Amino acid sequence: MFEYIVSKYNYWVYIFLMMLGLYGMIGKKNLVKKLIGMNIFQVAIILFYISIGSKVGASIPILTAEDLHGSANPLHYMNPLPHVLMLTAIVVGIATTGVALGIIIMVYNRYKTLAEDEILEIRKKSGV
Amino acid sequence: MEIVYSIKPLLAVLVSLIAAPLILLTGERQKNLREFWTILAAVIKFSIVVSMVPLVLDGKIIEYTILPIAPGLLLQLRVEPFGMVFALLSSTLWIATSFYSIGYMRGLNEHAQTRYFFAFAMCLSSAIGIAFSANLLTLFVFYEILTISTWPLVIHKETTEAVRGGRKYLLYTLTGGTLILFSAAMIYSLTGTLDFTPGGFLAGHGTPAMLTLLLITLILGFGVKAGIMPMHEWLPTAMVAPTPVSALLHAVAVVKAGVFGCLRVILYVFGPKVLTDLQLWLPLAYFVSFTILAAGLLALGQDHLKRRLAFSTVNCLSIMILGAALLSKSSITGGILHMAFHGFMKITLFFCAGAIYVKTHKEYVSQLDGLGRQMPLTFGAFTIGAMGLAGVPPVNGFISKWFLCLGALEAKEIVFLVVLLFSALLDVAFFFPIIYKAFFKKPLDDVNPHFDEAPMFMVVPLTVTAIISVGLGIAPDAVVHFFKITTLAVNSILGLGAG
Amino acid sequence: MTYEHFAVLIVIVPLMSAFAVALLGWFKRWACYPLTLAALFVSFICSLGILNTVISKGTIHYHFGGWEPPWGIEYVVDYLNGFMLVMLSFIALVVAIYSKRSIEQEIPEKIVPYYSIFLLLVAGLIGITVTGDLFNVFVFLEIASLAAYALIAVGEDGAPMAAFNYVIMGTVGACFYYLGIGYVYIVTGSLNMADLSQLLPNLYHNKAVLVGFALFTVGIAVKMGLFPLHVWLPDSYTYAPSVTSAVIAPMFTKVMAYLMVRIFFTLFKPYFSIDLIPITQILTWVAAGGIIAGSILAIAQTDLKRMLAYSSIANIGYIVLGIGLANRMGLTGSLLHILNHAFMKGTLFLVAGGIMYKMGMRDITQFRGLHKKMPFTMGTFTIAALSMIGIPPTGGFFSKFYLVLGAIDARQWAFIVVLLISSLLNAVYFFRIIENAYLEPPVTAYATDGGTHEEIKRDELPLSMLIPTLILAAGVVLLGIFNERIIAFIIRFAVPASF
Repeated sequence: MFEYIVSKYNYWVYIFLMMLGLYGMIGKKNLVKKLIGMNIFQVAIILFYISIGSKVGASIPILTAEDLHGSANPLHYMNPLPHVLMLTAIVVGIATTGVALGIIIMVYNRYKTLAEDEILEIRKKSGV
Repeated sequence: MEIVYSIKPLLAVLVSLIAAPLILLTGERQKNLREFWTILAAVIKFSIVVSMVPLVLDGKIIEYTILPIAPGLLLQLRVEPFGMVFALLSSTLWIATSFYSIGYMRGLNEHAQTRYFFAFAMCLSSAIGIAFSANLLTLFVFYEILTISTWPLVIHKETTEAVRGGRKYLLYTLTGGTLILFSAAMIYSLTGTLDFTPGGFLAGHGTPAMLTLLLITLILGFGVKAGIMPMHEWLPTAMVAPTPVSALLHAVAVVKAGVFGCLRVILYVFGPKVLTDLQLWLPLAYFVSFTILAAGLLALGQDHLKRRLAFSTVNCLSIMILGAALLSKSSITGGILHMAFHGFMKITLFFCAGAIYVKTHKEYVSQLDGLGRQMPLTFGAFTIGAMGLAGVPPVNGFISKWFLCLGALEAKEIVFLVVLLFSALLDVAFFFPIIYKAFFKKPLDDVNPHFDEAPMFMVVPLTVTAIISVGLGIAPDAVVHFFKITTLAVNSILGLGAG
Repeated sequence: MTYEHFAVLIVIVPLMSAFAVALLGWFKRWACYPLTLAALFVSFICSLGILNTVISKGTIHYHFGGWEPPWGIEYVVDYLNGFMLVMLSFIALVVAIYSKRSIEQEIPEKIVPYYSIFLLLVAGLIGITVTGDLFNVFVFLEIASLAAYALIAVGEDGAPMAAFNYVIMGTVGACFYYLGIGYVYIVTGSLNMADLSQLLPNLYHNKAVLVGFALFTVGIAVKMGLFPLHVWLPDSYTYAPSVTSAVIAPMFTKVMAYLMVRIFFTLFKPYFSIDLIPITQILTWVAAGGIIAGSILAIAQTDLKRMLAYSSIANIGYIVLGIGLANRMGLTGSLLHILNHAFMKGTLFLVAGGIMYKMGMRDITQFRGLHKKMPFTMGTFTIAALSMIGIPPTGGFFSKFYLVLGAIDARQWAFIVVLLISSLLNAVYFFRIIENAYLEPPVTAYATDGGTHEEIKRDELPLSMLIPTLILAAGVVLLGIFNERIIAFIIRFAVPASF
């Protein structure tokens, strides 16, 4: 059992991070903390992708001069595709964070606080 | 049967559908033009319907396919004898009601007249559509349009009471609609068709339990509009609407559409064979008999004139369904004829109630003492209508009731003969006091003992419908051949030869 | 001009125009609106060209940069997304025409970015629909979502908080989706849908595939607002600017429904989704819960837009129910409902926006007399509402009819009951509004002369808002009348052949 956990430790880490992020999004009252939770959540998945692309003992996928003459052995290289996908995902993540921060600023300008329960209080008072 | 393809049935439906937006666009500013559209559409519709009568009498069927509506299902119109009876009834009465409405609405200076005439035209379109529907889905389409376009009429007065009546009406009829939709979908998935066939098309399909369930849902679905107890509640509540609306509801389109639907289901979907084999006709007959008697008894207790008429309608509608449920030749004839004839009699009665209200603002039976001297024409017509409903010759109600009683004997169920006769007695019991009061009681203080009738626009239509009622009683085959068409319909249902 | 590039132009044109609008708006604010319209118009023309090609020549494959499919990105258009594309680009165009006056009033200082983001949203949604690559879907999904967050956030008081909740929920949904891609990628090494559907059947019992499938389902369910994952939806729809609600409500959730169909029945073979894991069965129950809960919650609302939002949740239930029934009739109903609901909800939100524009409020208890003020607007509202209730001959009736047939074919009686009851619940909350809007402002007592009402001046929407509303409402009716054509020519082929 212990062996099982250790041998796949990268996946366990990603699941742990994901749950941490989920907790942040649900459990925290501060909007910025929620956002940080969301970021952790996204990063966890990015780590997951990174680890599915990697191989033990393989190097980064850059062809050496040697390979150009013979045929390149795919076993010597990590799979680059998941990593490329994650470049896109990182960009998407940044954009989401940007939009979310923008919205948080709007919220702050309107209510002068970032605590969710206080905002609810204010909105209840103003009758909206 | 020879089939003729013609666009006429579609035109009959479209006439009032085209008139409706014209009415809406003309609006309040040009009242006369707006009323002109109504009358014009009514007359054109009537002529189109009548022009199809000779073909139907020849035993031909007129068909028009509008468009396919779902794979294997057509939005199709088909003119055959049974539908013709209903179409004739509603198109004739629309003319009378149009004139009467003009008198009533202007006499009372009602509000929202444009909406009123618009909804009225929509109702008539869908009524004709229902009459000519070739299959259950087409019928359902028009049936739902009818439901919706009647609603503005029911809430016309816009009082809390009217709005509540409207809600109740929608609750009942839309629930009924969903039941019909369910049944239609079920039947479609059982048989792959929904086409009405004289004598039914369900034979050999489905399990008995399934068919019983379908009969129950369909009768409940259509029975809502036909006011079968215990689904009749909305009908008396809807009496808050203006009188021409009540006339439309009771005599011309709405409840008749319910009865028409029930009859279609009994005779054209299930058919006598299935109902006899499964022994379903007897429970059905008992079910509606209960309504006949209960409604008659309840009518006795009503002081509000229109409510009394409403319960009388509930009573008559179930009589028609009883006729169909007994499944004998004479009883079906009687049921279909009663559907047509009752329209003329009941509309007369409602017109009278409206005329009394416009003239004197009286709504209760107890206020009518001596009013016959002031409004002899109105009460004369009322007497004719009441006699007809009680089955007194020579008014047309006698003929239909005669056939119904014969039918009960043919079916060898004396119980139902007793029911019919007892209900006729009840008719006498709740109508004749009114006539007695109006003509023979000492006038109340506020009654003008001299001749002082309602506006011409109202008196003429009600006199005309009364005269037609008597005319049809003497010569049921006059002009539009109600009797002959009915016979054709019955023969096709029972699979008998022409004649 | 070659047609083959239409498949990519339909995305590229709005995408590039989004940047052009932002740039141009810097110099000439007035130019944003015409440019947006032009871009969407081009998209619409492209979509028609694409659909035409699909019908005449079969599925379109477009390889980006000439790279062969498993390696390169591929756009694939067949019947299923062909009709989605036409619907999306048409509704986007109509809403964009409508948007001018409404945006000028609600968010005057943000017109330029608004149009820019609007185009991004449309490009994203169309992109999701048109692409045949799993990861590409994710990218477009995030483009559309980010645009949607921004469009919602600029709304009234509660909007930023609603948008923030939507960001969190939406991101979780998207993350689940691309986590799912990861799991599928581990075992197949491919991202191309067509390629995957060949590779996956051998791996159907692989745990990673099962986890991937589950993640897809949950992710999409969150994004489409499927009950009980809908919590972000009501607030977002309510507080967003009118135009935003009118474009997101009909389009976003529908695209997600499309994606669900794609993944269930194209990416995975139908027998996997139906038989190997009982996901469709689970979904039907979830959907049924959503239908009932959405309808009941809608009844509880007094804010028009919030009510419409809950009604959306119920309607997503319909669509998912049809997918879950997983037979020909059910899925046909589902796809038809995607189309119908887009038109109905579009109309309703446009009307809500119109009322907001003229009256500055959405409280349905204050709607009295609106029919006099805005007769055409309320007329379209009524048509769309009748369609939501499922009154023939509007579109909504037919999609429900097919869903009922689907439930019958699947022998799922409970869902028939759910569908029928929800129809009635719809009637309750829509007639509440119609009733209010069509009644006069309250009068103290109904006098016999019809009562006196305050004269309400007609004050209709400007034409640029009214005409789009009318177009969509006409679409609701036409879709109903010609539903058989749509099914026969397009939807029939969009349903997997194995059904």
